[in-house]
Amino acid sequence: MLTKGNIKRTMLNYAIYLIMLVMIIVIIAIEPSFLSLTQVSNILAQSSSRIIIALGVGGIIILGGTDLAAGRMVGMSAVITASLLQSVESSLRIYKDMPRLPVIVPILLAMVVCGVFSLIHGFFVAKLKVAPFIASLGIQQVVYGLFSIYFQNANGAAPIGSLDPAFTTFAQKNFFIGGENGFRLPLIVLYAALFTLLTWFIWNKTKIGKNMYAIGGNTESATVCGVNIVAGILIIYTIAGLYYGFAGALEAARTGSVTNALGEGYQMDAIAACVVGGVSMRGGIGKVSGVVTGVIMFQIINYGMNYIGVNPYLQYVVKGVIILIAVSIDTQKYLKKK
Amino acid sequence: MADEEKKEQPYLLEMLNITKEFPGVKALDGVKLQVAPGSVHALMGENGAGKSTLMKCLFGIYCKDAGQILYQGKEVNFQNPKEALDAGISMVHQELNQVLERSVMENIFLGRFPTKFGIIDDKAMYTRSKEIFDDLGINVDPKRKIGDLSVSQRQMIEIAKAVSYDSKILIFDEPTSSLSEKEVEDLFVIINKLRERGLGMVYISHKMDEIFRISDDITIMRDGKWVFTGKAKDMNMDQIISLMVGRPMTNRFPEKTHKPTGEVVLKVENLSGEYQPTVIDASFELRAGEILGISGLVGARRTELVETIFGLRKRKSGRIFYKGKELTINKPLQAIKNDFALLTEERRANGIFADLSVVFNSTIAHLDAYSKFGVLNEAKMKKDTQWVIDSMAVKTPSQRQQIGNLSGGNQQKVIIGRWLLNEPEVLMMDEPTRGIDVGAKYEIYKLIDELAARGKAVIFISSEMPELLGVADRIMVMSNGHVAGIVNTAETNQEEMMRLSAKYL
Repeated sequence: MLTKGNIKRTMLNYAIYLIMLVMIIVIIAIEPSFLSLTQVSNILAQSSSRIIIALGVGGIIILGGTDLAAGRMVGMSAVITASLLQSVESSLRIYKDMPRLPVIVPILLAMVVCGVFSLIHGFFVAKLKVAPFIASLGIQQVVYGLFSIYFQNANGAAPIGSLDPAFTTFAQKNFFIGGENGFRLPLIVLYAALFTLLTWFIWNKTKIGKNMYAIGGNTESATVCGVNIVAGILIIYTIAGLYYGFAGALEAARTGSVTNALGEGYQMDAIAACVVGGVSMRGGIGKVSGVVTGVIMFQIINYGMNYIGVNPYLQYVVKGVIILIAVSIDTQKYLKKK
Repeated sequence: MADEEKKEQPYLLEMLNITKEFPGVKALDGVKLQVAPGSVHALMGENGAGKSTLMKCLFGIYCKDAGQILYQGKEVNFQNPKEALDAGISMVHQELNQVLERSVMENIFLGRFPTKFGIIDDKAMYTRSKEIFDDLGINVDPKRKIGDLSVSQRQMIEIAKAVSYDSKILIFDEPTSSLSEKEVEDLFVIINKLRERGLGMVYISHKMDEIFRISDDITIMRDGKWVFTGKAKDMNMDQIISLMVGRPMTNRFPEKTHKPTGEVVLKVENLSGEYQPTVIDASFELRAGEILGISGLVGARRTELVETIFGLRKRKSGRIFYKGKELTINKPLQAIKNDFALLTEERRANGIFADLSVVFNSTIAHLDAYSKFGVLNEAKMKKDTQWVIDSMAVKTPSQRQQIGNLSGGNQQKVIIGRWLLNEPEVLMMDEPTRGIDVGAKYEIYKLIDELAARGKAVIFISSEMPELLGVADRIMVMSNGHVAGIVNTAETNQEEMMRLSAKYL
């Protein structure tokens, strides 16, 4: 049935996607070569670690919080993994006497470190009832300070490079579908797909996920229903930390050269993608598919604007406007319900 | 026919042929409501009959699809409640929206503070509030913080606010649902005063005795349609009920099938809470298969008692025994694990997850039963949800419907079903029939009786004495945090209960 209310609701639900679709069409119209498989693989590769970060942040937003520390967590993981996974042949190696480590070990270590910091972050929110925004602001500063000290002591202020080829392959390897000149599928995309599936499973098929929606949807009701609020919050924060840890390792291996500036501002892109993808800042609402679509759409626009040579400062304006529209729509949806 | 009536008597407010459609549901279908000046017009109907939707169309919260609204003979189309308010149409809401941290007078003049040279004129605000209060016989200091007042006082303030806007039409949505009998009397005094002044009032309520006492006309709706309008004095309760439900209803309460003769399952000894307001030194026993009613005025702290037992509030002293074994309950999860369930009083605040689905709301307190290593068995969740929908007769288009889109009564049914899935031994229900239509109330009484017949122990809090007398085996009367007495339903009456309610005031 198409009634006035119906159409309005549908418009509200898809307006942001429509706007972005129009932008993409404009980009293609200006530069038709943008529409090619090469660009598709580029965009997917660039979206991959962002998807993982956004899925971590997304869970925290559904809890009713927000995470400004995500970007610095990613940076911390990148610095840890890069510093422990330099090529043994390189003269620039920081830990000269250290044996060559299997790639997985530093990655797991970085994930654990990020997980622990995120757990502490969650503790402030869950147990000490610090407003999530402020707690994440504090954690962000602490994390950045700590890993920058590590970075400074390890390598002066120089970027950590000469990474172990095994490590760079871990993020830069490509598969070719249909021979050498066929479609390039970056391995990193598969990691993102794996995390997407895992997150979808956690959010929809497990008690952890249901509790997350319950806490974000109505904390008071959740308490009455016997949901362990503190544990629920801690688990979601810890999961987010593990995600940031893995994303940081990917970023280190993908870029091949790491400083403590890596990750700066990533949380903003992640939060923006979540909002664009329909995760409500009120908490309790959000889907994995929304987060992933949000990230990819955002990335297409980002990349596309660069591709057609839009003034970089103007790009900020465009992205800002998209975020404002997305949040306005989100608010309108729930205003209507009263 | 409507036209003839119009000539005889000029109505203050007329809503004609109002139609409103939501996706998949025709919420209103050609509804009419005509309110005469100097009268109270009761608007009745089961939950989901469309009473609230009709009012929302009047206030511009919803945009009507078809129909006409005439106010003082002129067609109006309010875009928002503010426009209606400025025109002289006010509503006293079921759930009061007030700024609790601010004073009474600031709440009355919110949005239109009297000013002097751009500075808020507290003196003028005080004088004008005081005038209105004296006029209506409300005994509250306008400077008090509104959060410190009782619900009934706060409601009076809402009415005073409407009067201060010089309203011609006043709409009451379940005004007495959280008032004690004494407070209802105070409310009626004011309503009668307003009637004498020529105001037209719409009174939405499920309480029959009140309707007959206070209203002049009655309009009955059913399933979004107008069914009947008539003079209150020409009607009786059975007529109204059969018009509302579309079938005759002989008994308001089901026959008791349970026997309160089981062993003592719950024993509470000298229970006191840590933080104010709290229950003080409460002791009582509850048997398997027994229904214990809890009565009391607003502020008697009945809710605080059950919330303390359930671990939602911190206990200071006292002991709780379940089947002879002492329990330490510090949080709801422990209570749930010990076969307790609590249906909370404030459905929106701590009952439902408004943005989430019926499935989610049905199963959330019961997840352990579906999870194996933390992974949920969805087929079983759907099956249980279907059981909730079927056995509670929940009206919902699907399991995936957001519960916030259902009517209040249907939301309540889902929440009751949620707790029944847990198979509790001690079921505490705090105002389970509040804001629920007659038919659904009867179903809930029957359900409570069935649960008791199956050997469950039930605590049933209600502000409606007839309901407690009709359903409970014993009634515990609370007064100002204390247990004032426990009486046998068969041997007591409303007078005795009233006397006990006032014991510690």
